[in-house]
Amino acid sequence: MTINGWLQILCFFAVVLLLTKPMGVFMARVFSRERTFLDPVLRPMERLLYRVTRVDESREMRWTEYSIAMLLFSVVSMLALYFLQRTQQWLPFNPQKFGAVAQDLAFNTSASFTTNTNWQFYTGEQVMSYLTQMAGLAYHNFMSAAVGIALAVAFIRGISRREKGTLGNFWVDITRATLWILVPLSIISGLVLVSQGVIQNFRPYDTVKLVEPQQVQKLGQDGKPVLDSSGKPVMETVREELIAQGPIASQEAIKELGTNGGGFLNANSSHPFENPTPFSNFFEIVLIFTIPAGLTYTLGRFTGSQKHGWAVFAAMAVLFFAGVTVAYWAESRGNPLLAGADQHASLMQSGGNMEGKEVRFGIANSALFATVTTDASCGAVNSWHDSFTPLGGLVPLVNIMLGEIVFGGVGAGMYGILMFVVLSVFIAGLMVGRTPEYLGKKIEAYDVKMAMLYVLIFPLMILVLSGISSLLPQGLATLTNSGPHGLSEILYAFTSGTGNNGSAFGGLGANRWYNLTMGITMLVGRFLMIIPMLAVAGNLAQKKLVPPSPGTFPVTTPLFTVLLVSVILIVGALTFFPALSLGPVLEHLLMNTGKTF
Amino acid sequence: MSAKQAKKSLWDARIVRKALLDSLIKLNPRTMMKNPVMFVVEVGSVVTTVLLIKDVVQRSAGFGFDLQITLWLWFTVVFANFAEAMAEGRGKAQAEALRRAKSETTANRLLPDGRTEIIAGSRLRTGDLVLVTAGEVIPGDGDIVEGVASVDESAITGESAPVIREAGGDRCAVTGGTRVLSDQIKVKISSNPGETFLDRMIALVEGAERQKTPNEIALNILLAGLTVIFLLAVVTLQPFAIYSGAPQTIFVLVSLLVCLIPTTIGGLLSAIGIAGMDRLVQHNVLAMSGRAVEAAGDVDTLLLDKTGTITLGNRQATDFIAAPGVSNDQLADAAQLSSLPDETPEGRSIVVLAKEKFNLRGRDLSSNPATFVPFSAQTRMSGVNFDGRMIRKGASDSIRKYLEQNGSFLPKEVQATVETIARSGGTPLVVAENNRALGVVELKDIVKGGIRDRFAQLRSMGIRTIMITGDNPLTAAAIAREAGVDDFLAQATPKDKMDLIRKEQGEGKLVAMTGDGTNDAPALAQADVGVAMNTGTQAAKEAGNMVDLDSNPTKLLEIVEIGKQLLMTRGSLTTFSIANDVAKYFAIIPAMFAGKFAVLNALNIMKLATPQSAVLSAVIFNALIIIALIPLALRGVQYKAMSAEALLRRNLLIYGLGGVVAPFIGIKAIDILVRSLGLA
Repeated sequence: MTINGWLQILCFFAVVLLLTKPMGVFMARVFSRERTFLDPVLRPMERLLYRVTRVDESREMRWTEYSIAMLLFSVVSMLALYFLQRTQQWLPFNPQKFGAVAQDLAFNTSASFTTNTNWQFYTGEQVMSYLTQMAGLAYHNFMSAAVGIALAVAFIRGISRREKGTLGNFWVDITRATLWILVPLSIISGLVLVSQGVIQNFRPYDTVKLVEPQQVQKLGQDGKPVLDSSGKPVMETVREELIAQGPIASQEAIKELGTNGGGFLNANSSHPFENPTPFSNFFEIVLIFTIPAGLTYTLGRFTGSQKHGWAVFAAMAVLFFAGVTVAYWAESRGNPLLAGADQHASLMQSGGNMEGKEVRFGIANSALFATVTTDASCGAVNSWHDSFTPLGGLVPLVNIMLGEIVFGGVGAGMYGILMFVVLSVFIAGLMVGRTPEYLGKKIEAYDVKMAMLYVLIFPLMILVLSGISSLLPQGLATLTNSGPHGLSEILYAFTSGTGNNGSAFGGLGANRWYNLTMGITMLVGRFLMIIPMLAVAGNLAQKKLVPPSPGTFPVTTPLFTVLLVSVILIVGALTFFPALSLGPVLEHLLMNTGKTF
Repeated sequence: MSAKQAKKSLWDARIVRKALLDSLIKLNPRTMMKNPVMFVVEVGSVVTTVLLIKDVVQRSAGFGFDLQITLWLWFTVVFANFAEAMAEGRGKAQAEALRRAKSETTANRLLPDGRTEIIAGSRLRTGDLVLVTAGEVIPGDGDIVEGVASVDESAITGESAPVIREAGGDRCAVTGGTRVLSDQIKVKISSNPGETFLDRMIALVEGAERQKTPNEIALNILLAGLTVIFLLAVVTLQPFAIYSGAPQTIFVLVSLLVCLIPTTIGGLLSAIGIAGMDRLVQHNVLAMSGRAVEAAGDVDTLLLDKTGTITLGNRQATDFIAAPGVSNDQLADAAQLSSLPDETPEGRSIVVLAKEKFNLRGRDLSSNPATFVPFSAQTRMSGVNFDGRMIRKGASDSIRKYLEQNGSFLPKEVQATVETIARSGGTPLVVAENNRALGVVELKDIVKGGIRDRFAQLRSMGIRTIMITGDNPLTAAAIAREAGVDDFLAQATPKDKMDLIRKEQGEGKLVAMTGDGTNDAPALAQADVGVAMNTGTQAAKEAGNMVDLDSNPTKLLEIVEIGKQLLMTRGSLTTFSIANDVAKYFAIIPAMFAGKFAVLNALNIMKLATPQSAVLSAVIFNALIIIALIPLALRGVQYKAMSAEALLRRNLLIYGLGGVVAPFIGIKAIDILVRSLGLA
């Protein structure tokens, strides 16, 4: 670890901290329909939209109606994306003449983008037409993010309202989230990225001559190396290279801002066209945390307890620093098996474990990106998590397993951590001898039941499907590594899917089994968690407010932050410790004895 | 108070013997199913038992280990049942004694002609008069109308020292099933068969485990959810183990599961609830539902009657201050006359003071026709009409009203005296004869020692105290200041009290109060926790949700503490139980896989001897910790008045951090023992 590396990490956090209040205040104004400086432009557009879609913007919805609206919207959007992929060969903006996307892959991708996961079992530049990318994938990048923000706001309303049965209007909330927050920020961010060299065009791909011809292994139809009769790989000479083009900048901005993470190109944010410079890299990481961090301030605004918002922010910050410290330490320590080589950081080299990392980002920014992208449910990557050291790779995995509540996905992180707050407050309330209360709302059997249902989805999907996959031939067929590393790859896939993260550990190929199970995992991980969450919100909204007294446990103090962090860590650790001990932990211990996989 | 807490030993041999038997009877799956955590343990035990039989048939090598695991799993279930049975047993022991008292009684019923007849206690009806002589058992609940007696109430309260019960005043109520030790009393029966305290107490103690309170239900859901999570973690560990080439035996997997699920709190949960009710009974308080006990812990506002709670029982007359032109003798004479038929302690203290100061003897009013005007909450006056003299005494404003109605007035000097007394915290009682104010009797309240600290503690817990008094605002303010209450309600009528409760509840607060009169009944019913005094009227007792057998209004403070303690014990043991899992993982996971991957011994930070001893030690620890915590569950965690923040910090340190550390030590110790005994 270097001082320079740490300064960059601290600088990043300082910027996030600075953005938190203005973002939070702005979002609070947008969702309580107070005036903002954008109103002169956006308000007429908003009115027009409601007139066309015949939405009564003053009508409030109960939690059940809110859920149904959200589900309907998501199902229709998902079907639209599915059919777009299946018919892209007949539609315009397809200069590379890509054919229809296969059924199971189209299902997987629709589920993936609708749920804000953006898991990609395909190579963007080889499968998706420009139209699919823009009208299909980018549309979902906006909409899944808008839905997330709307849900978080609905939950916050549930906490802050008293004796009211409704949570707001879903249609109004997603409209305002899109028009006021996502679109303006994306436009500005897109331009910033273009200034750094991110491309934005509709040209067919360029073919360029290589400066130096390359000898590479010939790959067969199945993507595996072709072997000659003696079992050696057949080599071929490559003289030309195809360079992908496309409207990347516009998609790049919302990819980070909406914590979507689905890259235009397969190499995601490690590709120079998506993420060309150290500044663009810094900018992209900041974008990931901007909205989630701001929402903590919005929480404080709505509930009238700004300190509570900061206490939640503090819990997130503690977990963020814990993650980034371990990842940075593990990666900069390098590979013990290369003990002879110089792995120290110096002016001439990054040092540490540089496998799968871009030289222009180095160790610190790769570790930071990996931590941030999994703290949030983003899933964009600028380095290959599969190539991290076992402990370095453990960090992204654990981050997702904790529920992506470290700032978290747009909206999803907020309501995710608030479910943990409900559980923490319940335990704390009992320990101080009162019926548990959260900001004056009594936490009762129904709320605990729904919070437990929410918490149960993670082990149910991740552990059960990973368990089955680690035994089934279909599950093992496309696994490129064996032993504990292979187990980590399977575990990571289902964790990433359930957590709607979308980053891949890599090393796990797409096949029918994974396309289908991952598709289901993502849908369950999104919608079956949202419903109990909204049920809690609806139930809290109608409760009476009990005034606070010295006898109520305060949710604004460092002690609360400590308790919240402990509950998150204990629930996560107790659930996944056995699986992790056979995956990354075992791999780490074996690596120290010289065994790799 | 402490004397009342029946110092029954926790491990009373008879209760333990009965509990041991009960804990086996409770193995019935239909009973176990009510407790999801322990039911999972029982299912696990059955599974290992079946596999053990297979072991025997196949003469498997690991039989010794498998047998020990199976036995300890069964012990875990039995220990949890034992905890519940112990709690029930302690309550039932009292119920048994009560029931015996109930069946045996006979009564000497007084007939209208003065003769008595002997009938069964169960045939008594409300309004019957019975005569009870030393050595006899009082046949039913009622009020003493004549006589004084020392009564042994141990059957109800567990307290062996006799108490004095006498006609009139606070201590006139007697409870069926208690025994008269001296003298003879005449008792007016106040309840019909099947409605007595005995009946209620028996129903309460026996029904304690049947109905769960709201917080208990919520906690049960949390525990069931955690159990499902651990079930998933353990069940899916087997495929991962097979993938890694190290499949596990069912014995080890069940051991891991049982160690992880929150058996400590799961096993003790119902015992904690029953013990909470039992603690109330030991404080001589009957709660009509467990819900009321929980609500007591949530109380935000306490409405406390000044008299008896904040001040030492009753006001005492300390001085006579005559009006101009009236002699002190004259005033004292009138005051004494008007107080003669007055059975209240204040009335008596006036008689006594007049006797001491002016040597005025009490006169027999029965020789002359005298009509006594009793005190009413509306007129707020009492008095006597005797020999053409109409003597009234009461609060200054009621007397003024009375004088003005009769065309007279209250002299300025008297008014000044009244205000001086009131400002100093005393109670002025104005005495008037016919149309003339004679002067003022000064009554003084003596604030109970230590009550000020008590209120300070309550304040730090976030509980506001409001003193309710019939006194005028000046007097009330002086006493409020002296006692350190947060607020007071002076010249309170029953309606004021009711309005105050509604106002507090409207702000979302929970209100507790005590009361004894019929006037209090609506407020008692409205309050979230209404504690009626046993000496109080039947209406009051029916309106409240608790009855204090000692009729001690200060008891409200203890009730709040018991309510809080109940929740705290549950929360703390839940935290302890979950925190324990960390150590258990470090014991069992390396034991499972170190055989295949020696490097995983790095996780064996306790350096447990062998995989078998590690698993066995964890299971043994898990079972024994239930037994070890039974006393804590039955007594409740220690409660100290402090802010929620401080309380949480303290409990997190003890039960959270302690819960992480304790099993590391415990499992290591058991491992050493297991090795030295050669068990694994």
